[in-house]
Amino acid sequence: MEIWRPPISASQRGKLISAGYTSLSSLSSISSSDLARELKVSESEALDILKVVSHSRGLEISNASCSIVEGAQNAWDMLHDEESLMHLTTSSADLDNILGGGIHCKEVTEIGGVPGIGKTQLGIQITVNVQIPHDFGGLGGKAIYIDTEGSFMVERAFQIAEACIEDMSEYNRFLRKDFQACEIRMQPKDILENIFYFRICSYTEQIALINYFDKFISEHKDVKVVVVDSVTFHFRQDFDDMALRTRVLSGMALKLMKLAKKFSLAVVLLNQVTTKHTEGSFQLALALGDSWSHTCTNRIVLYWNGNERYAYIDKSPSLRSASAAYSVTARGIRNSSSSCKRIKMM
Amino acid sequence: MANKLISEIPLPKSIANVFAARNISTAKDALSLTEFELMELLDVGLTEVRSALSQISEIIAPPYQTALSLMEQRFQNEHLGGHFPTGLKGLDATLCGGIPFGVLTELVGPAGIGKTQFCLKLSLLASLPANYGGLDGRVIYFDVESKFSSTRLLEMGLRSFPEIFQMKEMAQEMAGRILVLRPTSLSEFTQHLQQIKVSLLQNQVKMLVIDSMTALVSGEHEQGSHKQQTLSWHISFIKSLAELSRIPVVVTNQVRSHNQNEAPHYSFQVQSRDATIETPSRYGSHLVAALGIHWAHAVTTRLVLEAKSGQRFIKVAKSPISPPLAFPFHISSLGILLLSDEGMELMGPEINSIHCQGHNEIINFGMESLD
Repeated sequence: MEIWRPPISASQRGKLISAGYTSLSSLSSISSSDLARELKVSESEALDILKVVSHSRGLEISNASCSIVEGAQNAWDMLHDEESLMHLTTSSADLDNILGGGIHCKEVTEIGGVPGIGKTQLGIQITVNVQIPHDFGGLGGKAIYIDTEGSFMVERAFQIAEACIEDMSEYNRFLRKDFQACEIRMQPKDILENIFYFRICSYTEQIALINYFDKFISEHKDVKVVVVDSVTFHFRQDFDDMALRTRVLSGMALKLMKLAKKFSLAVVLLNQVTTKHTEGSFQLALALGDSWSHTCTNRIVLYWNGNERYAYIDKSPSLRSASAAYSVTARGIRNSSSSCKRIKMM
Repeated sequence: MANKLISEIPLPKSIANVFAARNISTAKDALSLTEFELMELLDVGLTEVRSALSQISEIIAPPYQTALSLMEQRFQNEHLGGHFPTGLKGLDATLCGGIPFGVLTELVGPAGIGKTQFCLKLSLLASLPANYGGLDGRVIYFDVESKFSSTRLLEMGLRSFPEIFQMKEMAQEMAGRILVLRPTSLSEFTQHLQQIKVSLLQNQVKMLVIDSMTALVSGEHEQGSHKQQTLSWHISFIKSLAELSRIPVVVTNQVRSHNQNEAPHYSFQVQSRDATIETPSRYGSHLVAALGIHWAHAVTTRLVLEAKSGQRFIKVAKSPISPPLAFPFHISSLGILLLSDEGMELMGPEINSIHCQGHNEIINFGMESLD
């Protein structure tokens, strides 16, 4: 393994190379005091270098432990994890069906569509639905809503929360006619209290916030969903350097994925739409470019089909490309009421 | 917040010095680089870079509020929980009180439909004292196309609120609260905006009206996608202005004609384009809102004014809180009046389409009744 692989600073690397240590194996048998003398650094610094190097080597050659590569998990174990994964309902059964039960936890889902199609509505519905208690098949968690455009309307969140509680009471009455103890004691205000609202005014704040989430979510372990509405807004302007934009966006996406996996939460990113000129005609595509379209795990496109709103699974590692109709009602996102709805397989 | 200096952030001395030496003076510069880039640039180890970044991020990240405290704050401090009633009962009911504070509300429609009339009426209402349903404050009116008519404004005032406007001093006071600016170019508009931001709260400005946004851009010689770039700073600025000061901002937009073949679809929709799914908006509607899709995303509420079969309608095309309703209206000496407070619910993308049928007859008819 070469010397430039492990994360040590440039000057340390330079000193190692000029002292003749170009590969990690050459450092395997040296003691820290000898190294300190050779590199003309302090002994503690030499000790740090050796620690970092041996850790990197350990990743390569250790097979004394049961895994060939440290940190890997075999596919059979992963299957068990995947099956026990919780899903976050969208309140529309058709939509949940094509999503395989709902929005997946531990994954980043991108949802995009034209203005007015219902992205913010879906975002708010998700922040309410994550709070559905375990008894009702929900995650019983809290939500983080990152607002970059100022589209979050508290009154609407209240409406949706009220409707959700009414639906839960209905369900309760229907199933547990005798079990009075499971009376819903949740109030719409309690639901609103569990939505952490952040307002972001620039892309720097967006990056800073996502960096900060590691600490924040460690302190608020019951957060189960992070909704960003929208991830595009601050990146569509003031970026003259497109390469920088791509780097910053992919860095952000990676951090979100890490957060999703580490804390087992669902990350939902809402995206806007732009027109692309391809094949001689204008086509609609989600904003932020082609490189961004690779970074999210799942991608759902919301669009108009005749008079109906539809959702289409554009990209997913485990779900078929299918589309389903949904509607936006006074109570939130619900199934489409038209009688000729059916799930279209593409 | 983003331009906060690194020197103001409490970091360990050693790393703060390195940041300064490498010319990374603001948080924005530091956060725009990845961890490895910073390691290379600053020549420090990964742990130090990570801890510095996490400290910077913690300071820069905005604080949170629970949705509940947001709601309580708004209902306590703001007029009607953050809504400005337009006086049109049906519209106010559907918008949960009126035009929302802190976000952009757009009025879009063909020429002569009544957008400026609506803006004039709203400016009048905003200047009125609270017991008349007004915001009791100043209004800044950007009259880009020179359509502002004081005569018409005072006529509306006299007909709608005679008890106030019959007295000359009161009329003068109310009209005196409406400040009209006539920017002749986009750069002049920019300057005005920047000036306003500073003095908004001290001067008790309670509403901002921009009539029209399209005219600002069409004066510029750039075209095509550059138009979008030109406006994106302004869109962002106006939105932040609205939010920080929690005032309603009303912007008018024009329409442009729309090539039938131009209806864009997603790539996965190509197959269905030849099928019989025909969007109803294609029939009779050759107009779309100007300013493009970036602008359409940026406005929170879009009110479409159109004329269909000789009748004018005001439609709630985009709103986070209202169903897609259309209300018939007409213009009288009092301003805009709804003919029915019960809106018609429109299905599908029909709510977004803009019609201009039988419009010319309306204009002539309207002019007669304004005598």
